[in-house]
Amino acid sequence: MKKITAIILVSLLFVLLVMNMFDSDINFNKMDQSEVDGQYYTENPTSANMVTSVVVDYRSFDTLGEVTVLFVSSLGVAFILGGLSSRIKFKQSQSFILKVGTDMLFGMIILLGAYMFIHGHLTPGGGFPGGALIGAAFLLKYIGDDSYRAKISAFKALEGTMGSIYVLIGIIGILVGNYFLENLLDIGTLGNLVSGGLIPIIYVLIGLKVGSELTGIFDYFVNEEV
Amino acid sequence: MHIIGVALMLIGVYGLLTNRHMIKIIVSINVLEVGLNLFIIAVGYSDNKIVPIITSQSAGASNYSDPLPQALVLTAIVIGVGTTAILLSVARKLYQQYGTFDLTEMEAK
Repeated sequence: MKKITAIILVSLLFVLLVMNMFDSDINFNKMDQSEVDGQYYTENPTSANMVTSVVVDYRSFDTLGEVTVLFVSSLGVAFILGGLSSRIKFKQSQSFILKVGTDMLFGMIILLGAYMFIHGHLTPGGGFPGGALIGAAFLLKYIGDDSYRAKISAFKALEGTMGSIYVLIGIIGILVGNYFLENLLDIGTLGNLVSGGLIPIIYVLIGLKVGSELTGIFDYFVNEEV
Repeated sequence: MHIIGVALMLIGVYGLLTNRHMIKIIVSINVLEVGLNLFIIAVGYSDNKIVPIITSQSAGASNYSDPLPQALVLTAIVIGVGTTAILLSVARKLYQQYGTFDLTEMEAK
C-alpha cells in the first residue's frame, strides 16, 4: 500500500515537472547564451580551462565556502566517531599479492592525483578530483593491509596550513588589490603550465587540503571500539 | 537528458518515501543528488557548442558552452561528499548502539 501510494505520488510529480518543462517557450538545447552570465566568462577567461577560471577566480569566494563545508563535515565525522580508537581487523587475512599490489598502485594513484591538481587550469580535473584520488590511494592502503595507519596528525597539520594559506591569499587581495581573493599575479599566455596567476597555486592548496581531509575521514571509519 | 535527470531525482524521492533501512536511505539521497547534478549539466548544454577548454584546435572559437553550470555542479558534488560522510558516520554510530540499520526495528527496541 505504501509503495503504491509512493509510485502514484512520484509519477504525478514527474508528469507535472515534465509538462511544465516542455510547455514553456524555453528550448533548452538551442538556448541563446548571448544574454547569459556565462558569455562574460567565455570571453574573458583567466585560464585555459574556463570552468577552473570560474571556480577559483571569478567565484573563488564560493570555493572557499565549499572547502569550509568539507572541513566542517570532517570535523563532524571526527566528533561522531572520535571515541573509537583501535583499527578494524578483517575476518580474512590479506594475501601477499594484495599487499604488494596495493603498495605498487599507491604511488601511481598519488602521482595521478598530483598531476590532476597541478594541471587543473589546463585540462579537465582540478583540486577536488585530484584530492579525492589522493584520498582513494590511502583508502586502498587501508583496505589492503589491516595493520596500516596513516600519520593522521600530519594530515591534520597539512589541512590546517593549506586552509590558512588560502584565507591569507584572500586577505592579501584586500590589502594590495581591491577585493577579497583578487587574482593579483600576471595571467600570462593561456595554455602554458605557468599561467592564470593565482589559479594553479590555489588549486594545489585545495588539492592537498581535500586529500588530507578525505584521508582523515577514512581513518575515522576504519576504527572500532576497543 | 533533462528527462533522465528528473527521472533519477524522482527515483531518489521514491526511495526516500519507501525505505526504512538507513543505508538504503543514504543511497536514495545520493541518487537524488546525481539526478539534480545531471539536470543542471543538461541545462548548460546547447547544440553546436564545444567544451569550454581552450586547446590548440579550439583557439579563437566563440561557441564555448556556458562554464557556470559545470562550476556549480562541481561545488554541489563536493558538498554531497561532505553530507554523505556525516550521514554514514551517524548510521554507523546508531548501528553500534542498536545492532541494526532498520529504523522500524530501532523504534521497537
